[in-house]
Amino acid sequence: MPKQIDFTEFRKRVGDLRGREYWRSLEELSRSEEFDDFVNQEFPQHAVALDHGVDRRDFVKLMGASVALAGLTACNRPAEKIIPYIRQPEDLIPGRPLFFATAMPLQGIGSGVLAESHMGRPTKIEGNPDHPSSLGATDAFMQASILGLYDPDRSQVVRHLGEISTWSEFIGALQSPLQAATTNGGTLRLLTQTVTSPTLGAQIEQLRAQYPSMQWHQWEPVSRDNVREGLRLAFGSYVNAVYHFDKANVVVSLDSDFTERGPGHLRYARDFADRRRVRHGVTASINRLYAIESAPSGSGALADHRLPVRRSDVEAYARAIAAGLGVGPAPSPAVPEGQWIAALVRDLQKNRGAGIVIAGEEQPAAVHAIAMAINQALGNIGAAVTVTDPVEVTPVNQLESLRQLVQDMNSGAVKALVILGGNPVFDAPADFHFANAFQKVPFRAHLSLYYDETSILSHWHIPETHYLESWSDVRAHDGTISIVQPLIAPLYNGRSPHEVLGALIGGLDVSPYDQVRSHWMRVAAGVPARRSGGASAGETPAATPDFEITWRKWLNDGVIAGSALPPRTAAASTAIPAAGNRHPATALELQLASDPTVFDGRFANNAWLQELPKPQTKVTWENVLLVSPKTADEIGYNEARRAPYANERSTILVDLRYRGQSLRVPLWVVPGHPDGCATLHFGYGRSRGGHVASPKEETVGVNVYPVRFSDAMSGGSGAQIVLTGEPAYPIGCTQEHQSINPADVGGDRGLVRAASFAEYQRNPDFVNEYAGGEERTDTASFYPPYSYPGHAWAMVIDSSVCTGCNGCVIACQSENNIATVGKDQVWREREMQWLRIDRYYRGPVENPEVYHQPVPCMQCEQAPCEPVCPVGATVHSSEGLNDMTYNRCVGTRYCSNNCPYKVRRFNFLFYSDYETPALKPMRNPDVTVRTRGVMEKCTYCVQRINAAKIDAERENRPLRDGEVVTACQQACPTNAIVFGDMNDPKSQVAQLKKEPTNYALLASLNTRPRTTYLGVIRNPNPEIKG
Amino acid sequence: MAQIFHRSTNTLSRVTIFGAVFIVGFVLWVIGGIVRSPYATDQGIRREQPVPFSHQHHVAGLGIDCRYCHTSVETSSFAGIPPMATCMNCHSQIWTNADMLEPVRASYASGKPLIWSRVHRLPDFVHFNHSIHVSKGIGCATCHGRVDEMALTFQAAPLTMQWCLTCHRNPEQFVRPRDQVFNMGYVPVNQAELGPKLVREYKILGPGVLTSCSTCHY
Repeated sequence: MPKQIDFTEFRKRVGDLRGREYWRSLEELSRSEEFDDFVNQEFPQHAVALDHGVDRRDFVKLMGASVALAGLTACNRPAEKIIPYIRQPEDLIPGRPLFFATAMPLQGIGSGVLAESHMGRPTKIEGNPDHPSSLGATDAFMQASILGLYDPDRSQVVRHLGEISTWSEFIGALQSPLQAATTNGGTLRLLTQTVTSPTLGAQIEQLRAQYPSMQWHQWEPVSRDNVREGLRLAFGSYVNAVYHFDKANVVVSLDSDFTERGPGHLRYARDFADRRRVRHGVTASINRLYAIESAPSGSGALADHRLPVRRSDVEAYARAIAAGLGVGPAPSPAVPEGQWIAALVRDLQKNRGAGIVIAGEEQPAAVHAIAMAINQALGNIGAAVTVTDPVEVTPVNQLESLRQLVQDMNSGAVKALVILGGNPVFDAPADFHFANAFQKVPFRAHLSLYYDETSILSHWHIPETHYLESWSDVRAHDGTISIVQPLIAPLYNGRSPHEVLGALIGGLDVSPYDQVRSHWMRVAAGVPARRSGGASAGETPAATPDFEITWRKWLNDGVIAGSALPPRTAAASTAIPAAGNRHPATALELQLASDPTVFDGRFANNAWLQELPKPQTKVTWENVLLVSPKTADEIGYNEARRAPYANERSTILVDLRYRGQSLRVPLWVVPGHPDGCATLHFGYGRSRGGHVASPKEETVGVNVYPVRFSDAMSGGSGAQIVLTGEPAYPIGCTQEHQSINPADVGGDRGLVRAASFAEYQRNPDFVNEYAGGEERTDTASFYPPYSYPGHAWAMVIDSSVCTGCNGCVIACQSENNIATVGKDQVWREREMQWLRIDRYYRGPVENPEVYHQPVPCMQCEQAPCEPVCPVGATVHSSEGLNDMTYNRCVGTRYCSNNCPYKVRRFNFLFYSDYETPALKPMRNPDVTVRTRGVMEKCTYCVQRINAAKIDAERENRPLRDGEVVTACQQACPTNAIVFGDMNDPKSQVAQLKKEPTNYALLASLNTRPRTTYLGVIRNPNPEIKG
Repeated sequence: MAQIFHRSTNTLSRVTIFGAVFIVGFVLWVIGGIVRSPYATDQGIRREQPVPFSHQHHVAGLGIDCRYCHTSVETSSFAGIPPMATCMNCHSQIWTNADMLEPVRASYASGKPLIWSRVHRLPDFVHFNHSIHVSKGIGCATCHGRVDEMALTFQAAPLTMQWCLTCHRNPEQFVRPRDQVFNMGYVPVNQAELGPKLVREYKILGPGVLTSCSTCHY
């Protein structure tokens, strides 16, 4: 019988955690017998290998088959084919990758990309160091876009009423609605996503010139309307705000996850981290982050002070801060944390001009206006916050734009609708009943990557090109323009939006390349955009040699230098909007947000992203309803009820009732979630998403759009959670998978070591005096020591700046051809990602501090895995790597049994897809694709080490520091991961190893890991207690 | 009760029991032999090619350097196979009507490449880099044999891991001066003295590095 403990008991237990400050999950905290049993099973993933036993007949059958197949292996293998070029392209050296600069658009905003190409096949995405939004970093979406490119489920053919058709037939069919539009342009409508592309903008402008009353609508389900409208309230017109976290000493986040979401988040994370990194003897001060947030987020985890409040309550806190600064009246009733706010206000006042108050996308426009008013009052605008013209070609309130379209469709005014990208049938607000209105339009055409929910209701479906397949251009968060250049010809007969618009404009088929290039030729020659008439070729000036040089430079650099929008001198209004009614504290509030891994649903068919543990909850393959422990208690899901579902392996299904709708969703209890509200991510539940998103006509996750209403896009009050009594629902949550068990290694050994900046200044060695962790310093061993005369590869991870964003995890997956396994196998703890990010909590369950810790292979010098391998498949290299030789491995799994860090992954089944032809060109040719029965693990990207070493040796020079960059390091937005040669005393990694805050995980085991960590240093305000 | 087995069964069973050791040993010896034999390694097998290209004629007869066609051998892991345009550099001028070269001309004209059968093939879990071997003074002929004497190209070496390791363990036995790398007929004069000297001069890493698994397997 499980122990019965309730929420108050929970709180007490956190109190009694003497010597074990850090906890990973509520299950660990409850210390139930089930949990102990679970953790003490060394390899729970092995226990479920066979669903039923093997009987004699099966055994004989299997053995017979094995013997028969064994005979086949002796057969001579067929000759491999080798195919030469007819004319080999210049600059292409077979076997050496080329890198091309381009940009990935998301929500219309471009992030600079360097795409690696192996003989014409793009295989990996890296960030472009010259691009202001990337600075060389990548996020999970960018990394995973390479799988999106090759996705065999992408639409491959033009369809008319579901039947295969052709592009030319589509152009023919366009003529009659276009004819009708010449008399009344209002009958023709264009629906796009957010457009920042100057070329696309010019094309739309030209189309409008042809059909003057044509209307252009824009719609993005992950809406930035609140930001746009909030800034308009503050500045009087649509503007774009750019934040400079490198100039901010104090940052206040009003429900903004600025390090992980929204335009420029990679840049923001880098700038923020640069002010947070502590280097001994160098760093005099670090920044401070206050987060007032409605659900656990990456930025909230970084915060020095975090306040979980309901989404609708954030506004009151914003008003309280504003009032403290003399802007507007104080909220009524006053917010409870008066002293907290007062200390925050004093901190802001001490750092005038060097502070940022930033509001989140889900917060209403008023909060954005208040944030800007505060920034104005503090003199931050023009300093740490700059304002530019909008990056969009035409900023509009997209919700109103879509509402207008739906009204016109219902009234019959729309005779032809062309949708360029997006999936409004799936993601439009529920009360618009978009699908019904859409079907009243006599001519419906949809350009999209997949034959999706909207396509099936359209007359015409055109497959869209991926950004790696076509030419375009796009603006970054600060307005910098990048030319999007393709890496490969369209794989699936796709057409770009430029081509579809070209078809609408009429005239000859113009390639996207010509469209983009001639646009920029006109810009370079100072010719204004074409306003009227057709596409006569005469208007485009001939290419001058100068333009050719400039154009090539733009393509080479990936940015048009100096194209960032200049800062405007603008002042935000400090007359803040009047307060509305606050949601009653008694009603449960539903909070909606985009999913951290599948976004608005567009990445639902991307298995890498589906299997990526969500940064805060570590749930994979679905969306769950997040509630706080206290709220869970209140709805009757207390610890006693939870105990049978222990170990985060399963949960219960609940009915979420909201405004007449009911959704059956798994409930998930999250420490640090505000009480009285529940958070749900939209983007799941695709009915026509592809084999990954909608396997066998089922759906993965729950479609949340039916509870997203136009008057409550970020959710609202009045939700109800009802327990269903359904059987336990399995969840693929990776938090307790492959975790280091403190009990196994003698109690808490300080896996996470944290201190405040003040404590660090008093005692820089705090990591060595860690409570309860007596560190062994002797190096006694039964084995003779290794010597490392050449290189000694090592890694240092600066935990202070890790946001847990998962960029490294996907980068590793892409670089190392790591397979995905599916929800069922994740549930059996067989996920394959070599790099995991452990999450730790410290403090009370209502609002714990959160720590993220990336754990790759430690490359121990005294590695426990090596001596136990019976076949010598894992051995020590001369440079200190724990080599893993896949072709030698026979799958005993002794090594992973003996690994205290649990960083080895065993390939239980045929996880790698050897069959799908489309996925073969995607793989990194420098890394073996592993098969079943083989152990695999991180080897510090040894393929990159070898490539760099060979280049250096061929050029007869020593390897330079920074020449070898691991995939995780390259992706990291905050430069938290540093890799290099420890034997080179000048290398960055050798310097970091000398930092007083450097420590190893489980150093007491004398494994002497090469991967070490820098202790977490946070900067709490001494005026705030607790 | 009557005897079921004849007396001779005793002998038979003794022979079987004691012979088992030898039988197992023999089977292992046969398997060991097979995996090292050309049957498994493809050593010495001449593959059918779309055009019977003769290295003997082009290299020994005409004196064309390896790098004229295998252009990336000094810069890349892959030595490269010549594009059809390389063939046509000469064959647009000479032997322009030879029947034997018809597939080459057709391929160049139509843009449809010839499909060659690969002669030297390593498993996918081995990563071999031509450029580093060439720059460290390992001659083409050391691994590929006297290609200049091959009318039809075949694999001269077994390409087994054991074979790779003979050199990775003792590079001094095989290294040659860099200017002799592409010389097919190079014969070392005093390898015992020259080898160690070149190993030092070319900074060839020690067996500790060269025999680490991750040097080739990753």
